Amino acid sequence: MSEEMYKQMAQCIIDGDSDIAIELAKKSIELKMHPLETITKGFVIGVNYIGDQFGLGEAFLPELVMAGEAMKAAVAVLEPELLKLGEAREMLGRVVLATVEGDIHEIGKTLVGTMLSASGFEVVDLGVDQPADKIIGKALEINANLIGMSALLTTTMVRQREVIEELDKEGLRPRIKVMVGGAPITRDWVTKIKADGYSEDAIGAVKVAKDLVGKGDQ
Amino acid sequence: MSYKNIKTISNPKLKLEVLTQDEVKKIHEATLQIIEKVGVRFPSKRALEIWEANGAEVDHEKKIVRVKPHIIEDAIKKAPPAYKLAARDPQQDLQLDGNHVNLGTDGCGVEVIDINTGEKRTSCLQDVRDIARIADATEEVAFHWVAVSAQDTPVEARGLHELKAVWENSTKHVQTESVYNVEEAKAAIEMAALIVGGRDKLRERPVLSLMQCTAPPLGHDGGSLDAALLAAEVGIPTGFMTMAACATTGPTTMAGNLAVGNAEVIAGTALLQLAYPGAPVFYAAAQTASDLKTGAYTGGGPEDFLFGAATNILADFYNIPLSMGSFATGAKEPNWQAGLEGSLSTFMASVVMSDMLLGCGFLHGSRIWSFAEMMMDCEIFSIVHKMMEGIVVNDETLAMESIANVGPGGHYLGQKHTRKHMRELFMPKFMDRRPYSEWETKKDDARDWAITKARKTLKEHQPDVLDENISKEMERIIKSVEK
Ligand code: B12
Repeated sequence: MSEEMYKQMAQCIIDGDSDIAIELAKKSIELKMHPLETITKGFVIGVNYIGDQFGLGEAFLPELVMAGEAMKAAVAVLEPELLKLGEAREMLGRVVLATVEGDIHEIGKTLVGTMLSASGFEVVDLGVDQPADKIIGKALEINANLIGMSALLTTTMVRQREVIEELDKEGLRPRIKVMVGGAPITRDWVTKIKADGYSEDAIGAVKVAKDLVGKGDQ
Repeated sequence: MSYKNIKTISNPKLKLEVLTQDEVKKIHEATLQIIEKVGVRFPSKRALEIWEANGAEVDHEKKIVRVKPHIIEDAIKKAPPAYKLAARDPQQDLQLDGNHVNLGTDGCGVEVIDINTGEKRTSCLQDVRDIARIADATEEVAFHWVAVSAQDTPVEARGLHELKAVWENSTKHVQTESVYNVEEAKAAIEMAALIVGGRDKLRERPVLSLMQCTAPPLGHDGGSLDAALLAAEVGIPTGFMTMAACATTGPTTMAGNLAVGNAEVIAGTALLQLAYPGAPVFYAAAQTASDLKTGAYTGGGPEDFLFGAATNILADFYNIPLSMGSFATGAKEPNWQAGLEGSLSTFMASVVMSDMLLGCGFLHGSRIWSFAEMMMDCEIFSIVHKMMEGIVVNDETLAMESIANVGPGGHYLGQKHTRKHMRELFMPKFMDRRPYSEWETKKDDARDWAITKARKTLKEHQPDVLDENISKEMERIIKSVEK
């Protein structure tokens, strides 16, 4: 019985169908299935499958994004049950993600967020045009171990440095690590502003993030 | 009409119909429906006030505007169908009249392949000067975009340092996409006014024009809107460019993507006309497909080429000039991909007579400037220029007399007719047509010749200098903006 359910759960993630994911999550609660097992034996299998297919070049970004969204929807239904049991899904780390102040380039940052969530990070995406205090404030509020900043303009990349300087002033590093990215960002710049990590694409961002939170082997 | 040291495409013989009138109408109707029902985001207090005063439905919290079709249609009709982009040298004024395709450099690059060392590095003010100077000497380049970012100048006045550098090194028209807030726009207008002898002369002689990006899907940037409104007020030509990309910032299907991009541009353009009826505006676009594996903005490939041809038909429908992104490539160095993407995008945008083409010189998705690429892109433009002349058929070109002279067999090398017309055949600068053995000894190619040409031009070309007093005044304006 539950085997069949698990299969359906994996499938709805592969199909990127949030409605069915929510329905199945609710049904699993009614059937008193263990929420953590529902996630790991059911939904996660689908996410992993799409992830693998993506790596092989067989699946594409929209499929990955929709699988991520369906996964999120299912977990949102199951989260309260987990809390009741005093359990929590183990996350790789907490990330605050934003495009810096004065910059409205969104897609790259969003993709990085999608890949990080799909790989097991808890991601709070603040959106675009975000000032330093908002980014740092959010990081403190959710006790984040990672801040990710996107900047695509030569005039806004300096904001990445401002955030890092502010963090250093408050003595918040290395507790909070910083990774950066975007079109004008080069390795030189990363060294110059003393960021902890950098990647030219979203897949690379996951690896960097894992390394930074000390989970490089996962 | 011919311009001094500028080659533009005009009186074309080639034609291409990518969209029928019926299809254009369908896209137009979809556009109006999007603006009325879905709305477009205008995150600028000033813009929202203008919309409200003109009867649009404004959601102040979300900054989304929904507008009835007739308001949009009436506003767009006020836009002038043709005007000129003035240059420091009036003999280089460009007509945006639907009968000229003018090539510009690309703009806002972040890295440069150094003209001497060949190493890739961060762009700086001297690069802006060098590129402007070479463009000034190069006939294929009709106007400038500020090609790269002067990253060794203060952030808050960077766009102004760049403008000054271009004006000091060239007499051709300057269009900037690096001025996208009110403070810099104000100063840029003052600087342009110095050249023409007063703010009130800018309407007659706009030596500067502004290009602002929309924020797809269905949005605008606040700073860009306010800068555009300032420019429109003094008669500086202003355009909104959509870069809606299939599957990320726009629908995957091309028609839907055109409708979304069109809604952004048309709503922005209508805003300028509501604020300043008759202000010179242009349509700008660089729509493309996203790469399905990385989400990258491809700027090349068949979708991109088709967008290049389709957009001028939309701009024609609204009867305003078009600035079309062409020459974009994801290639990392001047190679097969760069040549292919540059050629097809430029051909498709030219064959429909886009008024402005942007632009030559970039690699790696509009990020890396290459002088060799610039020169080779210019050659591609020259080839397209030649093709657009088409085949002229008349008594002279049918060459009946020399056909009779030569008869069956023999050759045409000794014919007067040949001598008279031989220079009409295209003579490439960078194509390898040498014997194999010659290549074998040198193993050089277009890239080597192109960079040599760029270096030589930079060394030898002396542009007409800008009046020293004007330079000084510009310096003062820039200082006042710097913190
Ligand atoms: C699409 C685009 C836009 C769109 C963005 C749409 C949207 N909703 O996001 C729009 C049209 C809005 C736009 C606007 C402008 N743009 Co723009 N834009 C681009 C373009 C072509 C592609 C960007 C993109 O989406 N790429 C696809 C994504 C997937 O890639 P990505 O963003 O690079 O992200 C990847 C990596 O960088 C990395 N990454 C990104 N963020 C992060 C963060 C972390 C933590 C990590 C680890 C990794 C990481 O991973 C991502 C995924 O693989 C670039 C050129 C380019 N090739 O980069 C210019 C570019 C960035 N834009 C440029 C400019 C100048 C502008 C404007 C100022 C133009 C204007 N005058 O209006 C405005 C900016 C307004 C503002 N205040 O921000 C310049 C900037 C260079 C400079 N000199 O500063 C560029 C380089 C193009 C150019 N040469 O003109 N733009």
